[in-house]
Amino acid sequence: MTDFTQSYTAPRRSFGQLALRWLLFTLLGLFALFYLMPLFVMVTTSLKSLEEIRTGSLVALPRDVTFEAWSTAWSGTCTGVKCEGLRPYFWNSVLMTVPAVFLATLLGAVNGYVIAQWRFKGANLIFAMMLFGCFIPFQVVLLPMARSLGILGLAGSIPGLIFVHVIYGIGFTTLFFRNYYVTIPAELTKAAKVDGAGFFRIFWSIFLPLSLPIVVVTVIWQFTNIWNDFLFGVSFSQAGTQPVTVALNNIVNSTTGVKEYNVDMAAAIIAALPTLLVYVVAGKYFIRGLTAGSVKG
Amino acid sequence: MAPILDINNLYKNYGSVEILKDINVAIEPGDFLVLVGPSGCGKSTLLNCIAGLEPITGGKLSIGGKDMTHVSPKDRDIAMVFQSYALYPTMSVAKNITFGMKVRGVDAATQESKLKEVASQLQIEQLLHRRPGQLSGGQRQRVAMGRALVRDPKLFLFDEPLSNLDAKLRVEMRSEIKKLHQNLGATMVYVTHDQIEAMTLATKIVVLKGGVVQQIGTPAEIYNRPANLFVADFMGSPAMNLIPAKATKNGSDTRIEIARDGAAPLVLTDTHAENLPQDVILGLRPEDIAEAGFRAGEDVQVAECHIDMVEPAGADTFVVSELGGKQVTARLHAETGAESGKVLPLAFDLSKVSYFAPGSGERLN
Repeated sequence: MTDFTQSYTAPRRSFGQLALRWLLFTLLGLFALFYLMPLFVMVTTSLKSLEEIRTGSLVALPRDVTFEAWSTAWSGTCTGVKCEGLRPYFWNSVLMTVPAVFLATLLGAVNGYVIAQWRFKGANLIFAMMLFGCFIPFQVVLLPMARSLGILGLAGSIPGLIFVHVIYGIGFTTLFFRNYYVTIPAELTKAAKVDGAGFFRIFWSIFLPLSLPIVVVTVIWQFTNIWNDFLFGVSFSQAGTQPVTVALNNIVNSTTGVKEYNVDMAAAIIAALPTLLVYVVAGKYFIRGLTAGSVKG
Repeated sequence: MAPILDINNLYKNYGSVEILKDINVAIEPGDFLVLVGPSGCGKSTLLNCIAGLEPITGGKLSIGGKDMTHVSPKDRDIAMVFQSYALYPTMSVAKNITFGMKVRGVDAATQESKLKEVASQLQIEQLLHRRPGQLSGGQRQRVAMGRALVRDPKLFLFDEPLSNLDAKLRVEMRSEIKKLHQNLGATMVYVTHDQIEAMTLATKIVVLKGGVVQQIGTPAEIYNRPANLFVADFMGSPAMNLIPAKATKNGSDTRIEIARDGAAPLVLTDTHAENLPQDVILGLRPEDIAEAGFRAGEDVQVAECHIDMVEPAGADTFVVSELGGKQVTARLHAETGAESGKVLPLAFDLSKVSYFAPGSGERLN
C-alpha cells in the first residue's frame, strides 16, 4: 500500500497522460452528480410544503424550510386504513433486521471456521452447496417457504421473517468467513489444539478476535440486504408485522386524493437512513491487517 | 527405563499415497531426537503424528508408557513449537504464554509465577505486554519457545523452528536450544532439513527419505558409519567422497583400485576389509584425506594425486582431485602449499573408510 501511494505522486506525466487523467476525473464527477441528483431532489422536496411543490420547480431549493413532512411521515401518514406513520413499521424492521443479521453472521462465522480450519470429508461439497444457495432466486422459494413457515407456526410473524432471512443469509456469510479464515495459517489451530483448547475455545479466543474486518463486511452486506428486502417482507408478513419497505410502498401507492410528494420523499429517506448509517459507522472499523504478525513477515 | 516415546510400525497414508512406511523409533527420557531428511521425506508429518494433529493409518504410538495412538493432542502432555511460530496474533506475549494454562484451568497465581520464570529464562520480560506483530523474528521464536516451556510437558516437539531466522540468529538460537535441553533435562523431538542442526543438537538422529527410515543412531554413528549411500551423501558438509573402486582379495589384505583418467590407477591396501564384492563404492570424508605427513596411523596410506582445484575456506583449505571419475574433496590445513595443476601426495585414512554396494547402496563393512 505504501509503495503504491509513493509512486502515485512521484513521476511527471506527459501532456497526453495529464489530459487522460482530467478526462477521467471529469467523467467520474459527472457520474457522481448523476447519482446525487435524485438524493438532492428527495431532500429538497421533503423540506418543502405541498403548496411550494405545486408552484415551484422540481430542482429549486426550498424557499421556506419546513420539517412538517418528516413528522407526518414518521407518525401521521396513512398506510391504507391506519394513520400512524412509518414508526411502527420502522421498529418492525429493526426487530427483524438486528436478530437476523446477528444470527446469520454468527452462523456464517462458525460455518466458515469449520470449513476452512477443520477439514472433514465432504467439506468442499457442503461448501459448494451453500454457495449454490446464494444463487437461488427469491421467487423460487416463496411457495415452499410459505408452507414451511405455516408448518412451523411462524407465518405472518416477525420471527418468521427473521427465519427466512437467516436461512438466505447463511450462504453468503459462510462464503465470506470461509474465504477469510482460509487465509489464517493452519498452524494457529494446531498450536491451540496442543495448548489444550477445544473447538469452541479456539473459535472464541483466537478466530473471533481476528475477525473484525470480515464481521464488518458481513454485517454491512446482511444489514443492507435484509433492511431493503421487499419481496419476503410483502409475502410473509401481515398487517402489523410489515417491515418499513412494505409500509413505504403502501404509503406511496395507497393514498387517495392529493399526492403528498414531500411526505413520500421524507418517508423514503427515513426508510433508507439505517443502511446509510451502517455504512458510515461501520466503515470506520474497516481495519485491515489485523492478522499481521501471526506468521512471519 | 521405559522409553518415553515409542513408535511401533507406524504407517501414514493420504488417500492411496503412502507418506510414512513402517516407522519404528523409541527414545529414553532426556533424549534429543532429531528427524532429518530432504523436504517431502515425511519428517514433519511424523512429528504431527506424534503430536496427534494427524491421525495415523497403522501402527502404535505411546508417550510416557501410555498408548496415545488415538488420543487427542491436548491429552498427550506435549508442547510444540511451529515453524511459523503460530503465535496468537490478538493476544499479548504474556497471554500467548499463559493461554495453555488458562485453558487447562490453572489458577492465576501459578500462571503468574510460571510466566515470570519462563520469561526470565528466555529473557523476554520486557516484551510481555507487546503483541506478536510488534516483535522481531528472533523474539517471536523466543515467545513460541516460552509457550512450550511454560507447560512442562513430557515431550517437546519442534517443527523446523529455526528455518525462518537469518543465519547468525539461527546459530545463536541453536546453541540456546541445546543449552535449554541440557538445563531442563527435557525430552525433545526436533524436525529439521539442516544436517548441521541435526548433528549439533541430537543425541539420536533419525534419517528419513521418502517416508522410510534410512538410519537411526547417535550423531557419531550416523556420521562415521552411514548405513547407506543416501545417508553418507546427506549428512556432512562438504559431503562424503563416494568413489567407485574395484576390490580384489590379496592374501589377508584387500587391494582397492581406483581408476584415474589419464594416469595409473590409485591403489590402496585395506587390511581390515572382509568379503567385499568386486565393485564397491568407497566412502571417505574430506577430513579423512589429508596432506601427506599430517596424518599418522597404521591405516594411513599415501598416494600422489593431481590437484584440480584449491579452495581456501579460512580455517581449512579444500583441494579437489578427480578419482574414479568423481570430484574428490580433501580437507587440508590452512597453510598448505597445494597448487592447482600440480601433483600432491595425499594421505588416505582407511581406518575411517566406508564401503557401499553400488546397486543397493547398502553399507558393506
